Amino acid sequence: MGSRRPRATPPAAVPAIGSAEPAATPDAPSAGSLPEARSRPDHEVLVKIRGLCFRRGSQVVLHRVDMDIRRGAVTAVMGPSGTGKTTLLKLITGQLRPDAGSIEVNGEPVHTLGKSALFRLRRRMGMLFQSGALLTDLNVFDNVAYPLREHTDLNPSMLRKLVLLKLEAVGLRGARDLMPSELSGGMARRVALARAIALDPDMILYDEPFTGQDPISKGMLVTLIRQLNDAAGLTSILVSHDVDETASIADHIYVISHGEIIAQGTPQEIASDRSAWVRQFMDGLPDGPVHFHYPALPLADDLLPRGVAG
Amino acid sequence: MILEGLARLGRSGLGTLERLGRAHLLLAGMVLGIGAVLRRPGLLIAQLFNIGVLSMLIIGVSGLFVGMVLGLQGYYVLAQFGAAESLGVMVAASLVRELGPVVTALLVAGRAGSALTAEIGLMKATEQLSGLEMMAVDPVRRILTPRFFGGVLAMPLLAAMFSAVGVLGGYFVGVGLLGVDSGSFWSQMQSKVDFHEDIVNGVIKSVVFGVVVTWIALFQGHDSVPTSEGVSRATTRSVVHAALAVLGLDFVLTALMFGE
Repeated sequence: MGSRRPRATPPAAVPAIGSAEPAATPDAPSAGSLPEARSRPDHEVLVKIRGLCFRRGSQVVLHRVDMDIRRGAVTAVMGPSGTGKTTLLKLITGQLRPDAGSIEVNGEPVHTLGKSALFRLRRRMGMLFQSGALLTDLNVFDNVAYPLREHTDLNPSMLRKLVLLKLEAVGLRGARDLMPSELSGGMARRVALARAIALDPDMILYDEPFTGQDPISKGMLVTLIRQLNDAAGLTSILVSHDVDETASIADHIYVISHGEIIAQGTPQEIASDRSAWVRQFMDGLPDGPVHFHYPALPLADDLLPRGVAG
Repeated sequence: MILEGLARLGRSGLGTLERLGRAHLLLAGMVLGIGAVLRRPGLLIAQLFNIGVLSMLIIGVSGLFVGMVLGLQGYYVLAQFGAAESLGVMVAASLVRELGPVVTALLVAGRAGSALTAEIGLMKATEQLSGLEMMAVDPVRRILTPRFFGGVLAMPLLAAMFSAVGVLGGYFVGVGLLGVDSGSFWSQMQSKVDFHEDIVNGVIKSVVFGVVVTWIALFQGHDSVPTSEGVSRATTRSVVHAALAVLGLDFVLTALMFGE
């Protein structure tokens, strides 16, 4: 389970998002903390984001984000909670529309697609939600079978075999009759992962897959994400704030703070980045550019009666 | 100060209009999704069971007691004018025209409507609806539309059951306990209760209430803030809005149907 298998071509059953062979080697070294996306030939890039801005009310969530997601690679988007990582995933999948900028997936402008075109595109994407998002009234088997029943006319025997193979891939073939309420958090995410790959997508997006997991579940998920990516020729986007796990499987990392990309590069480049913000995040320092204290009046102003302080 | 108040009023008005717009878009989406329901009738049958069959007990018991109270009260009033034999007409007309559709709608809003709101709200809060969208499955067509038509179809059936059980309750009290003549009870009811004027209008009312109650319940769930507090507030709003809408619409429909 721990060894990496050679990358295979995408399954023939679903039209591939792109036919370009994924690059076999990690990115070339760079300066590390470049705010702009590095330019790559278009055929290497599956998701191209330019000048992306998104606001929620008066709050700026993402500000002029440029990003290239390379085909066949595991690209991680890291940063502390509340910096817009999940929002970025929702923008890539068309669940949210940007206020400015563009998002192209395999050349298709996601931000302008109509509902039916968006749904066609999503059939080639899988997404693993933070909560798993399993349908609570269906058992494990039916959850994984759900997208197949909705989008294919497979006969019951073929559907059963496919579902069992997907469950086998995540190690849960024996749990097919359990209900979601009977699963542990790690098992629920693995079932959700089996469901996400049910239609043999070309790209999988992971939203905080390691949050709240015990070390064994984390290890399983880390291995699964890398193995699935390599074995099925997928492109993976991994949003997380778990530094060690993410750095161990990512080919390229973007670090986001306050809605802007403040660093990008290979895990080695990010590890050697000396900027104060990146160091605080990667080393988990309690104080630094991100302050320990939420902005507030001086303590004396809050504790002493008016007129006494100062 | 005045400008601030005006601005607040304006924002609130715009917010209400926006919500109304979203509610109507959702209704249009559900009505247009009828094809998806017809292609997979199993989804509709499951919702008819959830909304209709599981509400039968409360509807039956409520109908029985309402009919018994009508029998009791009606007898005391009619007996003063020597018209106790007309008790059957009074009980049946009251139930079929008004109490059947209205009380059924209020009970369905409380039992099934609140459950629908909580279910959809929780599906939203636990990202199940987003998960469906990411599987390229439209949650409005797949989840909301069968529930909508389930509610619309179940309401007149439940109202008919309420009225039928209510008439039996009235019969039990009037004939069984108070000594009204059984033949007069049934024959006067048969001759005075008009099929088109009373029964059809009652059915129309309950269909309208079915649309409104189910629509409000599903919209409140779909539009809820995806937190435990948000779902709780949405569930309360669902019952309150549905009850007010049913009572208001009942007046309008009664005026249109039975007014001179």
